[in-house]
Amino acid sequence: MPQNEHIEEHIKRHGRRLDYEERKRKREARKVHKDSQYAQKVHGLKAKLHNQKRRAEKIQMKKTIKKHEERNAKTKTADAVPEGAVPAYLLDREGQDRAKILSNMVKQKRKEKAGKWSVPLPAVRGMAEDEMFKVVKSGKSKTKSWKRMVTKATFVGDGFTRKPPKYERFIRPMGLRFKKAHVTHPELKATFQLPIIGVKKNPQSPLFTHLGVITKGTVLEVNVSELGLVTTGGKVVWGKYAQVTNNPENDGCINAVLLV
Amino acid sequence: MQEGQKIVAQFKSSDGDVTGPPLNLPGDVTPEQLELLLNQLLEQSEDPLPYSFHVGEDEILKNLWIDRKDKSTEDTITIVYQPQAVFRVRAVSRCTSTLSGHTEAILSVSFSPNGAQLATGSGDATVRIWDLNTETPQHTLKGHTSWVLSIAWSPDGKTLASGSMDNTVRLWDPKTGKALGDALKGHTKWITALAWEPYHLNSKANRLASSSKDSTIRVWDTTLRKISMTISQHTAAVTCVKWGGEGLIYSASQDKTIKVWNSSGALVKTLQGHGHWVNSLALSTDFVLRTGPFDHTGKRYASEEESKAAALARYKAFKGNKPERLVSGSDDFTMFFWEPEASKKPITRMTGHQKLVNHVSFSPDGRMIASASFDNSVKLWDGMTGKFIGNLRGHVGAVYQVCWSSDSRMLISSSKDSTLKIWDIKKMKIKMDLPGHLDEVFAVDWSPGGDKVASGGKDKQLKIWRH
Repeated sequence: MPQNEHIEEHIKRHGRRLDYEERKRKREARKVHKDSQYAQKVHGLKAKLHNQKRRAEKIQMKKTIKKHEERNAKTKTADAVPEGAVPAYLLDREGQDRAKILSNMVKQKRKEKAGKWSVPLPAVRGMAEDEMFKVVKSGKSKTKSWKRMVTKATFVGDGFTRKPPKYERFIRPMGLRFKKAHVTHPELKATFQLPIIGVKKNPQSPLFTHLGVITKGTVLEVNVSELGLVTTGGKVVWGKYAQVTNNPENDGCINAVLLV
Repeated sequence: MQEGQKIVAQFKSSDGDVTGPPLNLPGDVTPEQLELLLNQLLEQSEDPLPYSFHVGEDEILKNLWIDRKDKSTEDTITIVYQPQAVFRVRAVSRCTSTLSGHTEAILSVSFSPNGAQLATGSGDATVRIWDLNTETPQHTLKGHTSWVLSIAWSPDGKTLASGSMDNTVRLWDPKTGKALGDALKGHTKWITALAWEPYHLNSKANRLASSSKDSTIRVWDTTLRKISMTISQHTAAVTCVKWGGEGLIYSASQDKTIKVWNSSGALVKTLQGHGHWVNSLALSTDFVLRTGPFDHTGKRYASEEESKAAALARYKAFKGNKPERLVSGSDDFTMFFWEPEASKKPITRMTGHQKLVNHVSFSPDGRMIASASFDNSVKLWDGMTGKFIGNLRGHVGAVYQVCWSSDSRMLISSSKDSTLKIWDIKKMKIKMDLPGHLDEVFAVDWSPGGDKVASGGKDKQLKIWRH
């Protein structure tokens, strides 16, 4: 048990032996064999203590070796926790991308605002009022010109009765009133003559829709009970929309294509 | 109504037993007077209990005359009374703290059965335990290698189990924050749900059932850390597993069936009827089984036997002599109401939702059922018969989860639109709107003590709400 640091001081002053490194290396190489000899020779209580200590050392060594092996094993993907955590009830469900939903919503709103729906004829030629209406002069000296006569095909309902002629602003001549339309089924390519239930929308103006004027591009509701269509719930379909494809005032008939 | 009009009334309990003799009452008797009368008849005048009264289908809110539809005075009117929770839970109204700490979305939130601790599982593979008094993080439980999908407290509150995307279940000690051993391996796909055995059946609380996408259910013995049973009769992923109060295990699966198993792993019944995946199950005894021996009085028992006896007493008092009721919600937009012990045919089919039903939940008193659906509405149904009661509309996104307050008077729902809404059940209206989350709210839980609500979601924040 050295008092004070004589050994260290001597090493500082005079350095080590010239073969110090070589001897150290060889001593350490021999240490392994020496330990093994000791472990085999020792007996009794000393052996028990030695074995206990050695066991603990070996366990630690094994753990560090395993850790080194794991580090070298290059499992890059197993470590990283994947992104996009969802709870169990949302797994197995393909969630639509949030951005896609929003853009769909915006597109839907724009379509609604513009009133654009997917119909066979999305746009029609605009018509001026003087093309649609003919001015009818009335009054004692035919100076009043507030009456208009519709020059296009119209549909008036079943229970239609004219307003008193004195107060009638829009005249729908009987000759231009139609009850039936020739409706073509786009897939079956078959045409049927079906009664019109009503005018749903005239793209020119809501006024024309209200009057029941039928021009090219107008969406009509037709009675399809003749075709015998049935819904998935078992109910019979009796009304469907169809869009007019010709100019009825020129042809004398209404040709339409069914909107399925 | 004429002055002094008298009617003959007979009290009847909700179990069907007649209480007291037929009474001659004035026609416009109020519910408070009826309550006084009933407490006297039941000899409870020292500790009066609140009751709600129903005649036929109508509840008596103002007085007996106004609230009845067919006002005959000739026959004896049967007034059915139901005890209401003695304690009253106050609606939470403010967010007292926003706790960050998780680095990924929070996937599940759960209060311990005694309401003292809060655990959350997250997509960053950790489970965190939060201290409720100071509202700060307490322990971070690391060990899983992938998203923690579900957490479950043992009914005695001493162990926490977590199931993960990495196909393992891990057990933790919530008091010290240490792992109880390594992971429980066995499943080959992710864990969808966990269910502990009820306390009154096993007071050691060492049996846990876990369901997985690999279509099996494994029952683990948590002290031996071994698989006790493997149940593999389902043909598609098992989405939900529940352990009922009679020892039956209910499992819902994507193969459109619900199977009922007994404690030794044998199949008892198969409940068929759904047309698509079964998403969620709810038992009428859910709340009682979850809280075990703990109730609103906050009493703690000294020994295990006492706790077990207390849990058993609570369970028996709740259940009465009726069979356990089960509701299942499915992707086919409908729910079925079953009494699995009685028959394998459903009692009613609860239709009305317009998109899939994600979560169903019985109220703690077992009288109402709430269903959350992706069609933005929450629907209320009668818990005894499965009849539709009403809609709760207000959310603008899919409703993910619902949770009842422990007095069954309020309901909280969490939704994809990042809000939570509290609904007043009596008025069938929204009571409180709780915005504040920045993104979808995946999980919500109301503490059994009723004073706190915790919610977590995609924005990685845990919010605690108080009155």
